Amino acid sequence: MKVKARSTRRLSQRTAFALLTLATAIVVIPALLIILYIIVHGVSAIDWGFLTQSPSQAGKSGGIFPAIVGTFYLMLGTAIFSLPIGVLAAIHLTEYAKDNRLTRLINLAIISLAGVPSIVFGLFGLGVFVMTMHLGLSLRAASLTLASQALAMVITTSREAILAVPREYREASLAIGATKWQTVRHVVLPQASSGIITGAVLAMSRAAGETAPILVVGAAFIVPGLPNSPFDQFMALPYHLYTVAAQVPGMPKSMMWGVALVLLAVVLSFDIVAAIIRSKARQRK
Amino acid sequence: MNIAQVQLNGRVVTQDKLGKLRTEKVNLYYGAFQALRSITLDIPTRAITAIIGPSGCGKSSFLRIFNRMNDLIPGARVEGNVEVDGIPIYSPSVDAVELRKRVGMVFQKPNPFPMSVFENVAYGPRRHSIKSRPELEDIVEKSLRHAALWEEVKDKLDQSALALSGGQQQRLCIARVLAVGPEVILMDEPCSALDPVATLKIEDLMRSLAEEYTIVIVTHNMQQAARVSDMAAFLMMEADRAGVLVEYGPTSQIFTNPKDKRTEDYITGRFG
Repeated sequence: MKVKARSTRRLSQRTAFALLTLATAIVVIPALLIILYIIVHGVSAIDWGFLTQSPSQAGKSGGIFPAIVGTFYLMLGTAIFSLPIGVLAAIHLTEYAKDNRLTRLINLAIISLAGVPSIVFGLFGLGVFVMTMHLGLSLRAASLTLASQALAMVITTSREAILAVPREYREASLAIGATKWQTVRHVVLPQASSGIITGAVLAMSRAAGETAPILVVGAAFIVPGLPNSPFDQFMALPYHLYTVAAQVPGMPKSMMWGVALVLLAVVLSFDIVAAIIRSKARQRK
Repeated sequence: MNIAQVQLNGRVVTQDKLGKLRTEKVNLYYGAFQALRSITLDIPTRAITAIIGPSGCGKSSFLRIFNRMNDLIPGARVEGNVEVDGIPIYSPSVDAVELRKRVGMVFQKPNPFPMSVFENVAYGPRRHSIKSRPELEDIVEKSLRHAALWEEVKDKLDQSALALSGGQQQRLCIARVLAVGPEVILMDEPCSALDPVATLKIEDLMRSLAEEYTIVIVTHNMQQAARVSDMAAFLMMEADRAGVLVEYGPTSQIFTNPKDKRTEDYITGRFG
């Protein structure tokens, strides 16, 4: 009787374990397959010229250098517009705002913001930044648009990082006569910084991969040369990929996969940076 | 309460020492809930006063009245008069930040910052705009010596404070408080997370600190209260869960000859 109970228990333990492993495999294997597929098909297109030249013949030959640079400019612009505001807002919401209905409403709004489809942000950017504020179809309008979208993620991840700092540290600081701001500046933020940076890097890598919002606010298929200023139109990898894959007939297959591979490499390298920051921070504790 | 002059284990609390901390008919509310009712108490300077009583009777809440840490809890409200050196600390003209420099606090769980030993002690002085390195080094050494920790950590000032043992961490937290130059040190069950040896070290330290500082300690440990304190206050919950002061007096009297039946029951372990 007892033996039987033990063996059933062991069986159910094994079944559960197998199911969990299967679930993990279902998640991981397609992701690996996608990456592998892109690498296999795209790697033949990658050479020095592809990475350093401008496109020619409507993108059918030549390189994608302006799109790579444009994507980095976009990430930089998005970071400039979203990180300071996002982190400061997170500090305010966690440390200063009273826990009342307004604060809860704002928190709810931020969470909802993260769920807004990206094309809606694109239209918002077109309406507000391009047309109303007359910023034109430009790098700055696109950066602001992507920043609006990234803001939700920056605030949410910063907030979580700040809330994860134990209350004991705050109390210890306040109890020896540090002001609230000193406590935030010297105890809370250093503790939360790795979480905040990780969130910021992930938000930027996501911004780098967005196609829909920039489609309508300044990304162009072919721009002669690099953008000289934030007022210029620009090329960007995701939009370039969309165009070469879907808009230009007779596009060499390796060209598409090559662009996809570069975009993937850019996004993944940022994700890896985020992972490294996180593990470094964990070791330090 | 008349305490003219009482002999306690060779220690003396005289009338003129009273009045460092004073509460008069103090009520504490968390929202609608009353946590403390009408507490009137007079705590002597340069002595150790223990706050004892069963769990949940508001001992820690009472302690946090003196450095206004309750201010941080939304909905907390204090009524009545609380004085430090005769100054009503809940009057609008008193800055809680300034108050906490004079009334320091040590917590139940050792909570050194995840920084070096040196930076932990220098934290307070730095916030109060002491920037010069020699001056900081001087304060850090003095504070660590004062907290009986210097000899153990003088060679690892740059190492993480989190690498220290629990008892060392707690003494570091005491040094961190001393570095700011307080007059009063509030201790909220400072030994409850420590082993007996570390506990004894902290108790010895408290005795030596009591020559310069006014110490108020909340403790669950009756032996500890009997060992270290000069005065003892016994708090209890009433039917509505509000804490009231049952008895207050010299520790020797509270422990050997309590006037209130409830104090006697508690001390002899009949409840709580």
